[in-house]
Amino acid sequence: MTDTNTLLEARGIGKSFLGITALDGVDFTLEAGEIHALLGENGAGKSTLIKILTGVYTRDRGTMRMHGQEVTPANVGEAQALGIGTVYQEVNLLENLTVAENLFLGRQPRRFGLIDRREMRRRSKALLERYGLDIDVDALLSSYSVAVRQIVAIARAVDLSGKVLVLDEPTASLDAHEVEMLFSVLRKLREDGLGIIIITHFLNQVYAVADRVTVLRNGRLVGTKKLSDLPRLELISMMLGRELQHITRDHQAEDATVAATAEAPIQFLGYGKRGSVAPFDLQVRPGEVVGVAGLLGSGRSETAFLLFGIDRADSGTAMVDGKEVTLSSPEAAIANGFGFCPEERKTDGIIGDFSVADNIALALQARQGWAKPITSAEKTALADNFIKSLDIRPADPERPIKFLSGGNQQKAILARWLATDPRLLILDEPTRGIDIGAHAEILKMIEKLCAEGMSLVVISSELEELTAVAHRVIVLSDRKHVAELAGSEMTADNIMQAIASSARTEAA
Amino acid sequence: MIHARNLPFVTTLGIFVIAYALCVAQFPNMLSTRVIGNLLTDNAFLGIAAVGMTFVILSGGIDLSIGSVIAFTSVFVAVMVGSLGVHPLVAFAAVLVISTIFGSLMGAMIRYLDIPPFVVTLAGMFLARGAAYLISTESVPISHEIIDTIQGFYFRFPGGGRLTALAMLMLAVFIAASFIAGRTRFGANVYAIGGNQQSAELMGVPVGSTTIGIYALSGFLSGLAGIAYTLYTSSGYSLATVGVELDAIAAVVIGGTLLTGGVGLVAGTFVGILIQGLIQTYIVFDGSLSSWWTKIVIGILLFVFIVLQRGIIWYSNRKLAESRLKEV
Repeated sequence: MTDTNTLLEARGIGKSFLGITALDGVDFTLEAGEIHALLGENGAGKSTLIKILTGVYTRDRGTMRMHGQEVTPANVGEAQALGIGTVYQEVNLLENLTVAENLFLGRQPRRFGLIDRREMRRRSKALLERYGLDIDVDALLSSYSVAVRQIVAIARAVDLSGKVLVLDEPTASLDAHEVEMLFSVLRKLREDGLGIIIITHFLNQVYAVADRVTVLRNGRLVGTKKLSDLPRLELISMMLGRELQHITRDHQAEDATVAATAEAPIQFLGYGKRGSVAPFDLQVRPGEVVGVAGLLGSGRSETAFLLFGIDRADSGTAMVDGKEVTLSSPEAAIANGFGFCPEERKTDGIIGDFSVADNIALALQARQGWAKPITSAEKTALADNFIKSLDIRPADPERPIKFLSGGNQQKAILARWLATDPRLLILDEPTRGIDIGAHAEILKMIEKLCAEGMSLVVISSELEELTAVAHRVIVLSDRKHVAELAGSEMTADNIMQAIASSARTEAA
Repeated sequence: MIHARNLPFVTTLGIFVIAYALCVAQFPNMLSTRVIGNLLTDNAFLGIAAVGMTFVILSGGIDLSIGSVIAFTSVFVAVMVGSLGVHPLVAFAAVLVISTIFGSLMGAMIRYLDIPPFVVTLAGMFLARGAAYLISTESVPISHEIIDTIQGFYFRFPGGGRLTALAMLMLAVFIAASFIAGRTRFGANVYAIGGNQQSAELMGVPVGSTTIGIYALSGFLSGLAGIAYTLYTSSGYSLATVGVELDAIAAVVIGGTLLTGGVGLVAGTFVGILIQGLIQTYIVFDGSLSSWWTKIVIGILLFVFIVLQRGIIWYSNRKLAESRLKEV
């Protein structure tokens, strides 16, 4: 596709970090006058691709052309000079400066070598008027809402670059009205002939504003499609990486056992938090694995945060053994026998400079209280025990955990919670970013733990994995629990149907 | 309307005016131009150093080497002029070059080796102090006709006060620095880096050269402060000006500059210096108070200002949250 309308063309882009492939032979084409959505789950390679296009990273392989000319932007400034401007999700502008100072930072109009504030003010006003924004440009940026800041950021990026505009999750913290305001700005820019790349995980917004969509998964291109002839269900299956087909596992036998089980000892009734997850009911029985499915941003991790007391619920009650409990902090959750392996293992899970043994002993120590320190002999015994039973490699309890592979780090974090002998263990994406061998081991371990009577809540974007290990799956969409599937109903097809149909009713 | 960002400065100014009025009410003589002239002269070297510190703190950094660089400068100039017979202006120029290079090297280490400013300038502090001892451990007197001329030069205020060359130098530095901070791209970049270095970098601010420039400026102004100190005391002494960097930090913070960077005014630092000078003057007038009361009052003021700044941040966050809620 090299018609005259093609603005930016990337072919066979590849990038690895420390031997781990982040992008593998990805093609991407952006035309002038189109809004192009870029979709994919966490770790799909969206941000890596964007960072290559905008000059933050340099590609290892592949070609990149602007107007047919091969280009290799080495930094953000060079990309800007080529006409590629970016608005990042969180770190975009400077809140301690005024609107005008933000718009003209680094290119302030000058008179006699000094910044001409009057001219800067006049030009800022004129610039923002084109976006229908009539605000005091001498007020601090921090005094405006996120939506206004977002538009100021777009105005700066377009004014600087003017050909390609990249928006990284621009709607993440906007309400419906603000999103509409932003989209009308984008549509106007499209009419002006800009090529716009938008990263988002809200499917409704993709259909509302974008012309084409490119889906990435695990660093590879799944496909580029025109949205006008792409059914929602197909888009979801592109993102979750599964063709529509029937799953082989037979859940018939389980239907009876699950239904027959009596009152669950751990119950959440009408549990929710405004702006995070709508109120939901959840019962977990001993020896049961409850799966949580949904797209990125649907409220998966937020549900886990509520269950573990990281976020405080503002509605509903939590019951353990028929008694109402308050999960006001992770400490309270641990006291009730809960454990949680977070999604962001590197930042939220491990303490990189601590040894494997120290990392394993952490939760147990927290549960015992600081008055009763675990002796170093006990700690080593504990670590040795888990290193053996979970096959953590290398089998050296004193090695700083940051030197272990992802799979072994994940096992060590599992060991941390197993040491506290929890009754409910919440696993958020337990198999992300770990190699296939460790992947299978962790799934096997989940089955073993549940056979021993532990309750588990497993959050995953791998539907096959979920349907394989879970007894029930709760489906989330747009921060609501929209369906609960069990037994023979629990198939990847049905999960995707549930997401798609709820998205459709949302849009209607 | 007063912007929230200028509120600390306005508060400082208010505190100074009220404090001065109270002092005058007790000792009417404190209103004389003589007192004002002396206050400016006595604090000239501290004021010049505090200007450099203002830029450093605005960028979110800290410079602990200032006091040591002042001591080094004064000893270096005194030995060059007093013992070796070098012309003072040559010695001044040489020492300014040395201190500027010293500052820019610290800036380069902070930026390119990614070492916290606290650590780098702490090392710089020991280095400069050690170098000062190496030159001479004794107080070296200095006399030269040019130095006498500079020391003897002043404008007479009505009322008998003197605006000395040192006071004029400090005022000139403050005026020039105000323009650099408020009206140049370098100044805008300093505020940007102090606001959020990562965002500033993504917006195309040359973080490397700006960081080096900031510490070079601080080094240069420390050297200039050292020259002012040499002229003020007519000598160089390696044990002098211990802890002056802390007085400078106090002046900057009392002047309303946010210690985390990104918010503040050079003019605020000037008021911060005036407040410190006022307290000392009051103690002299009172005659019975220990001079350590200066430190106690500065300590109290620092606490007040840090709490005030926290309060402003808290208040503006809450107002923002409220306005967001209204929109929804």
